[in-house]
Amino acid sequence: MRHILTALVMNEPGVLSHVANMFSARGFNIDSLVVGRTEDPNLSRMTIVVIADERTLDQVRKQLAKIVTVVKVRDYKDSPYVSRDLMLVKLGVTPRTRSEIIELADLFRGRVVDVGHQAIMVELSGEEDKLDAFVELVRPYGIRELARTGVIAMARGVQGGSGDEQTMENAPEPSRMVKAAAGKRQPTQAELEATPPG
Amino acid sequence: MSSTSLTGGAASAPASKTTKPNKTEKWTEATAVASGSEVSNELPVLGHPTGLTDRYIGKTGAQILLQMLLEHHVTDAFGYPGGAILPTFDQLYDTKLNFILVRHEQGAGHMADGYARATGKPGIVIVTSGPGATNTVTPLATAYMDSIPMIVFSGQVRTYVIGNDAFQEADVTGITRPVTKRNYLVKNVKDLPRIINEAFIIATTGRPGPVLVDLPVDVTTNKVESAIDDTPWLPGYKTYRLGHSRMVKAAADMINAAQRPVLYVGGGAILSGAWKEVRELAEKGNIPCTTTLLGLGAFDENNPLSLHMLGMHGGAYANYAVQDADCLIAIGARFDDRVTGNLKLFAPKAKIVHVDIDPSSISKSVKVDVPVVGDARLCLKDMIQHIEHRPRKEWLEQIAQWKAKYPFAYRDDSPLAKPQAIIEAINKATGGNAIFTTGVGQHQMWAAQFIRWSIPRSMITSGGLGTMGYGLPSAIGAQVARPKDLVIDIDGDASFIMTAMELATIRQYKLPVKVAILNNNFQGMVRQWQKMFYGSRFSNTEMVNPDFAAMAESFGIRGIRCEKKEDVQKVVDEMIRHPGPCVVDFLCETDENVYPMVPSGKGIHEMELGIVGSAPPNMARDMGTLA
Ligand SMILES: Cc1cc2nc3c(=O)[nH]c(=O)nc-3n(C[C@H](O)[C@H](O)[C@H](O)COP(=O)(O)OP(=O)(O)OC[C@H]3O[C@@H](n4cnc5c(N)ncnc54)[C@H](O)[C@@H]3O)c2cc1C
Ligand SMILES: Cc1ncc(C[n+]2csc(CCOP(=O)(O)OP(=O)(O)O)c2C)c(N)n1
Ligand SMILES: [Mg+2]
Repeated sequence: MRHILTALVMNEPGVLSHVANMFSARGFNIDSLVVGRTEDPNLSRMTIVVIADERTLDQVRKQLAKIVTVVKVRDYKDSPYVSRDLMLVKLGVTPRTRSEIIELADLFRGRVVDVGHQAIMVELSGEEDKLDAFVELVRPYGIRELARTGVIAMARGVQGGSGDEQTMENAPEPSRMVKAAAGKRQPTQAELEATPPG
Repeated sequence: MSSTSLTGGAASAPASKTTKPNKTEKWTEATAVASGSEVSNELPVLGHPTGLTDRYIGKTGAQILLQMLLEHHVTDAFGYPGGAILPTFDQLYDTKLNFILVRHEQGAGHMADGYARATGKPGIVIVTSGPGATNTVTPLATAYMDSIPMIVFSGQVRTYVIGNDAFQEADVTGITRPVTKRNYLVKNVKDLPRIINEAFIIATTGRPGPVLVDLPVDVTTNKVESAIDDTPWLPGYKTYRLGHSRMVKAAADMINAAQRPVLYVGGGAILSGAWKEVRELAEKGNIPCTTTLLGLGAFDENNPLSLHMLGMHGGAYANYAVQDADCLIAIGARFDDRVTGNLKLFAPKAKIVHVDIDPSSISKSVKVDVPVVGDARLCLKDMIQHIEHRPRKEWLEQIAQWKAKYPFAYRDDSPLAKPQAIIEAINKATGGNAIFTTGVGQHQMWAAQFIRWSIPRSMITSGGLGTMGYGLPSAIGAQVARPKDLVIDIDGDASFIMTAMELATIRQYKLPVKVAILNNNFQGMVRQWQKMFYGSRFSNTEMVNPDFAAMAESFGIRGIRCEKKEDVQKVVDEMIRHPGPCVVDFLCETDENVYPMVPSGKGIHEMELGIVGSAPPNMARDMGTLA
């Protein structure tokens, strides 16, 4: 199964290599890993797509959370979320095919960002499936070059914001770690394990 | 803001946005444990830095390091100098700190590790850049595997040449990242106080582990020029203390309902200081108790409820009990493959309770029914209140039968002394009342089997990494930590010689460490595998050894060679009576295997029993159908 995890991490050198190394050392499979800034300059967000069964996903989550420079981990197994992938693709064109490609890009709400005599570059964002479908459709025109950012994701609804996540000082009580779960729904087994209150 | 240092120890602070540790209280494992149940689940983890202090102004990084080590109650440290760490060594010239100059940085690392295991305090290492730092990788990995608190301070080339392949430069944070709980490259002396505070918190709290702090020359020589904030900032660091009350109750209910429960106690019980609670739980619930190699000493083996060690070379009775148990209560143990054997066949009838401070230990290899995340001592304290006494007559009788039928055994049938007999003699002379360290191999297993362990922190051994050469330096560390206690390194000939140069350290600091080498002139443990699984083709495992006694003498240390088996007890007594350090070369039988032994891929009930006896037919059949 494919799963999306996000990890809020301290913004310092070595964190990316620590996370990447943990995945390879423990034999977990990464499909994509994206790192980027957040609204807090001290923190970055990683979005990781892993291929794992439930049991492995649980270990991945725990092993990530265990890394001291990882501030917060969340998986999107049971909550609604938005995910996006961004792609730039350069296609070979002839005067005849140019308009077809522009039409396809429009259909997918893509944008033409560069046009030349022999090539055209399209920018497209959306869920991975949509991007995959576009790639298949334009393949016959000849893909010269293709770059995708990998997936980023965010939960729907009000909760969120890097600063307001599970940091220690704003936990409802000092002992409660799984803040997101509190008062929202029944905690899962995994969350109970991670919840230490007396 | 105040001008005092803030170094964790949040035990008495209110838990709120302004969480600030007590001014005077430094974070040590003792405070981590001692703050105990009186206070709630407060954490030494702080929010964003808030306070500035001027107490470091005008001091160099090296001065700050030494000052802060003392403030963190460090009394001893181990290491070796070199160019990139010279500013710090210059500060060591007139410090109160007791510094032990070693002969190889690997030795410094294992000494710090042995020091930590003997006391619970973090072991401190100071070494130079490049080769000095890379020589600590094996000790870091050893400590990391066994969750031992330790901090290595390594020199590094100047910040502005990092990355230029400068002389004695190595990417030490890169190299050590997988074997440290956290590591730091300090880029500015202004960050040093905060990082030192964080290093102590991380090494000693939660699941302890080693931390490395890499110190470029300009960081240790530059001065702090303005007020700085030394408050730890660890937003991603989580530690757990009390168990979830619902889980604790569920665990107690499960134990009370069980007919055939077994306690399986590991290194975490030692790290947490939970031995009183383990005994109380066992006695109140009338529950037999087995320990892992790293848990030895957490439960008195003279107690009738003791099942001694379990696992690959554990007692047959412990392994049978686990396989027959209907409830297995793991306390600070991590279901290592040396303990579980074939996972599919492990504890097939048991519901599993797991008390562990690290959520990632839970359900990692064995699916757990009742997880209790928290400090073992605090969790057990709560749990014991719900535990009811049960007679468990049948179960205890069954166990007594197994214990009577399959005791650890050997046959005294060779002209040379049997290695087990030497350990028995040591056990007899000490009553188990000493600190023992070991190398890795057969002698390590026989020590585990034939010493009657009754005292926590008395067994110091490399379990997870299995590092040969660990015995001598860790004994030195333990002796430095506890100068009045008897420290005995029970070593193998091949293990001993890997770090034997540290005899010079013993001599230099006049440490009364005793070394008993069980000399079979072989890498005995490997020989055993070659004999059992490789048709006795002893490829590269025979050792041509020096005269260890003469070698010790050349270092200025008393050396004794014991060749006759009749002399063993006498020589052991003499070694222990000798007031200074003493190395004894006990010649012993080579062709001897450790039994019981669980062959790889087998369930732990499917032991090769060797001399220990033969499996009771009902047991073997029973287990066979459970697969
Ligand atoms: C040659 C050789 C043979 C061996 N044979 C055996 C054998 O037969 N039997 C055997 O048992 N071992 C054997 N070992 C050792 C084995 O490899 C493992 O090192 C050992 O079993 C692990 O012990 P443990 O489960 O107690 O875990 P440890 O490595 O001590 O782990 C401690 C656990 O406790 C947790 N913990 C830490 N602090 C706390 C706290 N405050 N509260 C609660 N939990 C905490 C940690 O998260 C961790 O899960 C052998 C080793 C060698 C080298
Ligand atoms: C550094 C290191 N290298 C290799 C091994 C593999 N190994 C495990 S036990 C052993 C033999 C140990 O021999 P010795 O110290 O003489 O102990 P004995 O088994 O003979 O009692 C070896 C080579 C190891 N554990 N550590
Ligand atoms: Mg040997």
